[in-house]
Amino acid sequence: MITLCETKVSKIREICKEFNHDKRELINVLHKTQNTLGYLPEEVQGIIAENLNTSLAQVYGVISFYSYFNMTPKGEHPINVCKGTACYVRGAEKIINEFRSILAINLGETSPDEKFSLSSLRCIGACGLAPVALVGDKVYGRVTLDGVNDIIEEYK
Amino acid sequence: MDTISITIDNKNFQVEKGTTILDAAKSVGITIPTLCYMHLHDLNTTHNPAGCRICAVEVVGRKNLVPACATECLPGMEIKNQTIRVLNSRKTVLELILSDHPTDCLICAKNGDCDLQSMAQKMGIREIHYKGEQSHYIKDSSPAIKRDMDKCIGCRRCLTMCNEVQTVGALSAINRGFMSVIAPAFQMNLEDSVCTYCGQCVAVCPTAALTEVDHTSLVIRALADSTKTVIVQTAPAVRVALGEEFGLEPGTIVTGKMTAALKDMGFDYVFDTDFAADLTIMEESAELLDRLTRYINGDTTVKLPLLTSCCPAWVNFFEHQFPDMKDIPSTARSPQQMFGAIAKTYFADKLGIKRENMVVVSIMPCLAKKYECSREEFKTNGNPDVDFVLTTRELARLIKQASIDFDSLSPAEFDHPMGESSGAGVIFGTTGGVIEAAVRTAYETFTKQKLDKVDFKQLRGMDWIRESTIDFNGTPIKIGIAHGLGNARKLLQEIREGKSHYHAIEIMACPGGCIGGGGQPLHHGDTSILLARQKALYAEDKMKVIRKSHENPSIQKLYSEFLDKPLSEKSHHLLHTHYFDKSNHIEITKD
Repeated sequence: MITLCETKVSKIREICKEFNHDKRELINVLHKTQNTLGYLPEEVQGIIAENLNTSLAQVYGVISFYSYFNMTPKGEHPINVCKGTACYVRGAEKIINEFRSILAINLGETSPDEKFSLSSLRCIGACGLAPVALVGDKVYGRVTLDGVNDIIEEYK
Repeated sequence: MDTISITIDNKNFQVEKGTTILDAAKSVGITIPTLCYMHLHDLNTTHNPAGCRICAVEVVGRKNLVPACATECLPGMEIKNQTIRVLNSRKTVLELILSDHPTDCLICAKNGDCDLQSMAQKMGIREIHYKGEQSHYIKDSSPAIKRDMDKCIGCRRCLTMCNEVQTVGALSAINRGFMSVIAPAFQMNLEDSVCTYCGQCVAVCPTAALTEVDHTSLVIRALADSTKTVIVQTAPAVRVALGEEFGLEPGTIVTGKMTAALKDMGFDYVFDTDFAADLTIMEESAELLDRLTRYINGDTTVKLPLLTSCCPAWVNFFEHQFPDMKDIPSTARSPQQMFGAIAKTYFADKLGIKRENMVVVSIMPCLAKKYECSREEFKTNGNPDVDFVLTTRELARLIKQASIDFDSLSPAEFDHPMGESSGAGVIFGTTGGVIEAAVRTAYETFTKQKLDKVDFKQLRGMDWIRESTIDFNGTPIKIGIAHGLGNARKLLQEIREGKSHYHAIEIMACPGGCIGGGGQPLHHGDTSILLARQKALYAEDKMKVIRKSHENPSIQKLYSEFLDKPLSEKSHHLLHTHYFDKSNHIEITKD
C-alpha cells in the first residue's frame, strides 16, 4: 500500500482544480506540482491521474518523456550539465564523468547526503560558453575538468 | 455533399471533401500499402498516427512525400503512388523498421500471420542495408498476455484499443527516442497494472509484440496422460470463426467439424459451453426476477440495474475501475466457470472419478478466460474447476499440429449430458445475445405465459450502446446493451450518478461481443468479418429445436438430480461468485 500525507494530497487537488481537472492540461499540472512538491513520485502521479480522470500509464508516459520531470527528489544543489551539440563536442561527456566520479553518483541520482543531484539537459542557449554546467540557476561556462571540483567545493 | 476532383496515378476522379488520400485511392481500387494504420469500419474507430510512413505518396508540387493515411485531398491534387521515389522511400522505411526487429520469423508465434512479415514479402526485401543498435526489453508474461517489446514496431494500434476504445488505460508510450516503448505505468508487469486481459491489443498487434500465453503443449501433455479423463468445452463464438483458420469464409458454421477434430485428438468427452450458458441463464434470470419482484414490491435496498457477469474482462474492468459498484453485477459465474464447477462435481460423480483425475479444457474466443480460470475462488483445494483455456487460434494450431485435415472431417455430435444446448445458449457469443437469452426465460417465468416469438430483433445489432423496452405482459422492462469497455464505462457512470433507468444491462468487453474476442482469428481491421460471425450465430440459434434455456432437458435434469432449483444453496455454492476491490488505493495519512 502506498501512502501520501493529507497536505500534499490537498495541494495536488488544488492544482488540478486550478486547471479545471482538464486532462489536456497534464503538462501544466505536472510543472506546478513539481514546483510545489519538488518531485513526482508514483503516489503523486496516482493522485494526479485520479483528479484529471486519466490513466496512470498516461501520466507516467508524459513524465518519462520529458527530462525536466523527475520521480526522485533532487539534491539541495541540483547540477545540470548541458549535452547540446556545442557542449557535447567540447567535452560535456567528460565533464559529466568528472562530476560522477567526484560525487560518486550516476546521472539522475542524488547524493546520499541529499546535497547534490546530477542530471543532463539539452541546450540552455549559452553555446558560446560551451561546455556549460548549471548549479541551481547559476551558469558555469567553459568548464574544465580541473574546474569541476572547484564548482562542487563552492557548495560544500 | 461537397466533392473535389483529384488525380492518382493519372486516374482522375471525384471524392468527397475531407477524404484522405488513402481512402480516395481505396475508392477507385488503388492500393496504397499501410502498416500502422487501422480502420475498424463498423466500429467507428480510425487509427492513423502517420507513424510508420509506409503509405508515403508523392504530391506534385510538394517537396516532401506525404503520409496518405493522414493527408486530406485538396482540389486538383495530383498524387503519385508508383514513382521510383515513392517505392524507394517505402523500402527504406521498411528496412529501417526491420533493422531494429528480430529476424526469428521461423519460430515466431505470428509466423504466417504477421503484418510486418507480409509487408517485407510484398516489398521483396532481401537485404537490410542498415545495421544499428537493437532494442532489448524484459519479456513480460501475465496469465493471459505475453509482451515481447523487442518485436514492437511502434504502430500504437494497441494504445488506440486500450485507451480509446476500451478506456482501460493499462498501456502508454513511455520514454523517448530510441528508448521509447509501449508499457504499463512505471514499466510494471501487465499483471500488476489495470489490464483487464480483454486482448484487444493482441487482436490488433501487427507483429508478435503482444500475443496470447500459449497453453497448447500443456493440453497435449494432459491428453497423453492415461490417468486423466480430459473433457473439453467449446464456447459459442468459436464455431463461427474457427473455419477462417482453415480458409473457410467468415461466418461458416463448423460446429460438427470442430467436435469431430476434438474427438480425433483424443478428448474423452466433447461438451458445449452453450450448455453452461443455458445454466447461466437459469441463475441470472432467476436473480433478475428476484431483484425485480422485490423492487416492484417496494424494497428500496434492491440494486438495479442488474449487470451481466459472464464476460471476465468486464469483471476485471469493474473490479479495477468501479469497485464501489461491485455489488451491482449479477453474482452468476460465467458459463466457462459454471461448466467447470458442474463437470468436477456432478459429472465427475457420475463417472465415479476424483476431480484431481479430471482435466477440464475450454476452447474460448477470449484471453481473459485464461486469467479467469486461474482465480483462487474457482479452485477447490488448489485444483481449478477449469484447468486450461485455449483460444480459437490455439485450437486451430493444435488441429494443424495433429495433422488433421479439417476440411474433410465428417461432422460429429457433442457428447451427453453437457453437450446439449438451446439456441439461447448459442447467441451468448454476440453482443445482445446474453440479454436476449435471459429475456426468453425471464419473460416466461415472470408472466407464466408462453412466448410465441423468441426473436427479439430490437436487442440485436452492432451499435455500441443500444436500449429497448420489453413488455413483460404489462410490466415494461428496460434493457441496456453495451459492447466495448469504453461504452460500458458510459453506462456505469450513469449508474454512479443515479441517472440510469435500466432494469438490466448486458456488457461485453470486446467489440461485437465474443465474436470479436481477443482470442479469435485475426480480422486485420475488417469488421465485416464480425458481422458474418454474428449472422452465423443467429442462424445457428434458428436451426435449434429448443431455443429457450429452461426447456433444455439436460438442464432440467441437472436441477432435478443435483442442484434442486435456481438460487438454491447448492447453486449458490457452485454457480455464484463474489467480486473484489482491485483498485490501486493510495492511502492518505495525517501529516
